[in-house]
Amino acid sequence: MPDPVLSITGLKAHYGDFQALYGIDLSLMQGEVLAIIGANGAGKTTLLRSISGMMHNGPGQITYRNQDIGGMRADQVAKTGIALVPEGRQLFPSLSVEENLIIGGQIGRKGSWNLGSVYKLFPILKERRALPSTSLSGGQQQMAAIGRALMANPELILFDEISLGLAPIIIKDIYDALPGIIGKGMSAVIVEQDISKALSVSASVYCLQEGRVSLKGASDTVSREDISRAYFGIE
Amino acid sequence: MEWLNALVQGTLLGGLYALFAAGLSLIFGVMRLVNIAHGDLIVLAAYLGLSVTTTLGLHPLLALLMVMPAMAAIGYAVQRGVLNQTLGDDLLPPLLVTFGLSVIIQNGLLEVYTADPQKLNAGALETASVAVGGLSLGLLPLLTFGIAVAVIWGLQWTFYHTALGRAFRAVSDNQDIAQLMGLIRHHIFGLAMALALAVTALAGILLGVRTSFDPSIGGGRLIFGFEAVIIGGLGNLWGTLAGGVILGVAQTLGAKIDPGWQVLSGHIAFLLILAVRPNGLFPRISA
Amino acid sequence: MTQQVYYVTRSSHAARVAAILGAVVLIVLIAAPWWAGRADLRLMGELFLYLALASLWNLMAGYAGLVSVGQQAYVGFGGYMLFALTMFAGLPPGLAIGLAGVLGAFIAVPTALLIFRLRGAYFAIGTWVVAEVFRLSFAQVSSLGGGSGSSLPVGIVKSLASSRSAREYLSYWLALGVAVLVVAAVYLFLRSRKGLALTAIRDNELAAASLGIDIWRTKFLVYIATAALTSVVGALIFLQKLRISPDAAFSVNDWTAFVIFIVVIGGIGTIEGPIIGTLIFFALRETLADLGTIYLLVLGLVAIVVMLKAPKGVWGLIRTRFDLQLFPLGYRVLQNDEQKGA
Repeated sequence: MPDPVLSITGLKAHYGDFQALYGIDLSLMQGEVLAIIGANGAGKTTLLRSISGMMHNGPGQITYRNQDIGGMRADQVAKTGIALVPEGRQLFPSLSVEENLIIGGQIGRKGSWNLGSVYKLFPILKERRALPSTSLSGGQQQMAAIGRALMANPELILFDEISLGLAPIIIKDIYDALPGIIGKGMSAVIVEQDISKALSVSASVYCLQEGRVSLKGASDTVSREDISRAYFGIE
Repeated sequence: MEWLNALVQGTLLGGLYALFAAGLSLIFGVMRLVNIAHGDLIVLAAYLGLSVTTTLGLHPLLALLMVMPAMAAIGYAVQRGVLNQTLGDDLLPPLLVTFGLSVIIQNGLLEVYTADPQKLNAGALETASVAVGGLSLGLLPLLTFGIAVAVIWGLQWTFYHTALGRAFRAVSDNQDIAQLMGLIRHHIFGLAMALALAVTALAGILLGVRTSFDPSIGGGRLIFGFEAVIIGGLGNLWGTLAGGVILGVAQTLGAKIDPGWQVLSGHIAFLLILAVRPNGLFPRISA
Repeated sequence: MTQQVYYVTRSSHAARVAAILGAVVLIVLIAAPWWAGRADLRLMGELFLYLALASLWNLMAGYAGLVSVGQQAYVGFGGYMLFALTMFAGLPPGLAIGLAGVLGAFIAVPTALLIFRLRGAYFAIGTWVVAEVFRLSFAQVSSLGGGSGSSLPVGIVKSLASSRSAREYLSYWLALGVAVLVVAAVYLFLRSRKGLALTAIRDNELAAASLGIDIWRTKFLVYIATAALTSVVGALIFLQKLRISPDAAFSVNDWTAFVIFIVVIGGIGTIEGPIIGTLIFFALRETLADLGTIYLLVLGLVAIVVMLKAPKGVWGLIRTRFDLQLFPLGYRVLQNDEQKGA
């Protein structure tokens, strides 16, 4: 069996005195799409913040391509080929749509993603490229945020709640576009509240509950009962 | 005619104040830092100019070629070495640390250059003037105003049309996400301070050519720059130029009534505008 | 079965010891004219006035979040009011000092209405502008000597007390009195409902607002009260100096820079901080003052290092090390372990 591309062992995370993660173990294979589900406050976003270097954890807890990335700054993690589509899009309001994309590519990694290929994936962004990013609708902002992450030509992309606050039709559009992104050998971790959407695009699924992994399994075999038990913690 | 003359002279003086203000405005825009030592840095630049002109016998404007990079380097070093550690949600550390810096620069200058007033010698440029419609306009004030306009335009252009400006805006918007994009905020802040102090170098040299200076005048220059920023409206560089002009005009008109009233009438104009338009005359408009 | 009893208290052993020690020290200080020399008395008087200024600045910056670099406005204003009221209105100096405080509060109202429009660091520079306006305005008053200033007439000085030593004692006691008054007032205020509100604002402005604490009003009141007391201290400073000029009265170095350094080095946001800071400041000054500008350079450097490495100052270091609080503000939960008694 090949080595996992990302492996997390015993990850603990704190916000001051508050402990958010209590020893998470997780592994992700090359090209695999992994979904993380769980209730609000279960630690999903904290997990992604830890992987992406926005939160610092002790050394030895997160390994990416045999490299210990647990103590790295966010910009250093980004250079190793990990990109994050943050919760709530978080585009730069002072920048135009195109500037947001350009800044995503600034890290200078080579690959097939560039302005042209992002515009091909999301043609509406090309139309709106000169406008301030604040003038986009929620769905368009999500597209720009995904495009911004792709511009870095990542090998592992992290999606944090990409359907949050969007209309169902928009969510469908975005999920329809996902295979075109992660079908190219890219690995992905998708944090999602919408369980059926999460299961439909992923190979395996982890459920978090109060900072611990309460369930892990293959997305196509895991049962609804198991999920609700792991989700709510009721027997 | 005398009043018109005061008006025009005040406008040109406003160019100098806009230069005092531009650096202040820039670093506030990028990192929300208000640098109490800003005025002392202007005076430091004037003294560096003095050292360069007296030791190398250069014209003050040529000395800029050395003083601007020197000030930029100081800016980068101070930002990375000290000021970056003060940035955060708490207002006190940056304020008190820059206040401490102000006292250090002031007394360091006293130690090196003594309290004697100094002036930069720009030769014929100081007295040259051109006659425009019956008014005699000094070449130096005209040049200062022209430089101010060019600097404001240049900063505006840098902000909105270069990769550096994009990085400034991105870091200013959201430091954490910018870091994810590979922008190291401490480095970007260092660059912003370097740029701000390069502008400060210009302001310091032009100040030193125009009037005599001593180590104690930094506070006053900070206040003029600050008033120009607030009058113009926070975050608006062209507004800052307008603010400088309004302050300059208020001062020359005040001086026309009574020489003792020059600085005071500038302050009063500032307080009046603050009373009527607390957000300044031209509050931030998205560019 | 063991039973554990918890109780909530404000007091602590250290605080009680401190109170007793404080009372003893106060008596010794009141008696200073009988044991201290003339120069020491003068130095201690100055120390008490700085302690008062530092405590007031600390109340504003450390508790109310109002960082001012323009408190010299009120020091100078108070000083000038002492001179104007005694020289032109013929008031006795004691009354003039009190009235200087009242007038300081009056002038602080329109000032606050204006500069409260500025936020954060811009507020700080705004206070400096106001101080400059005061300085330039008093420099225009020719009957007070204009830019060169004036001396307090001999007749007024003599009206304080007939002998020189009696005047010096009086001046010393007034300085000690105002320092005790200010520290006590700050302490009692911070223990009051309004004071607790202030601490809540400092800790979290948003949360405090949602709890219905009127932030603007509380800050406004603190600003006015501080202005009044700072004016009184200013009047006492220039009663000691007997001479006033705009540059001395509204000096940003003397009345703000030093005060800020005292508070930062001692420990901002604590009552004990300004006291420790004042002692350190005077110790440094008395040993290093011969160095002139170098001394100020060192002071600035120390303040920066403290701010960066120990933002709670010397008192903060002591407090975390020994868990001390001499002026008990917070409540603590203590455990009475019955097991030991049983």
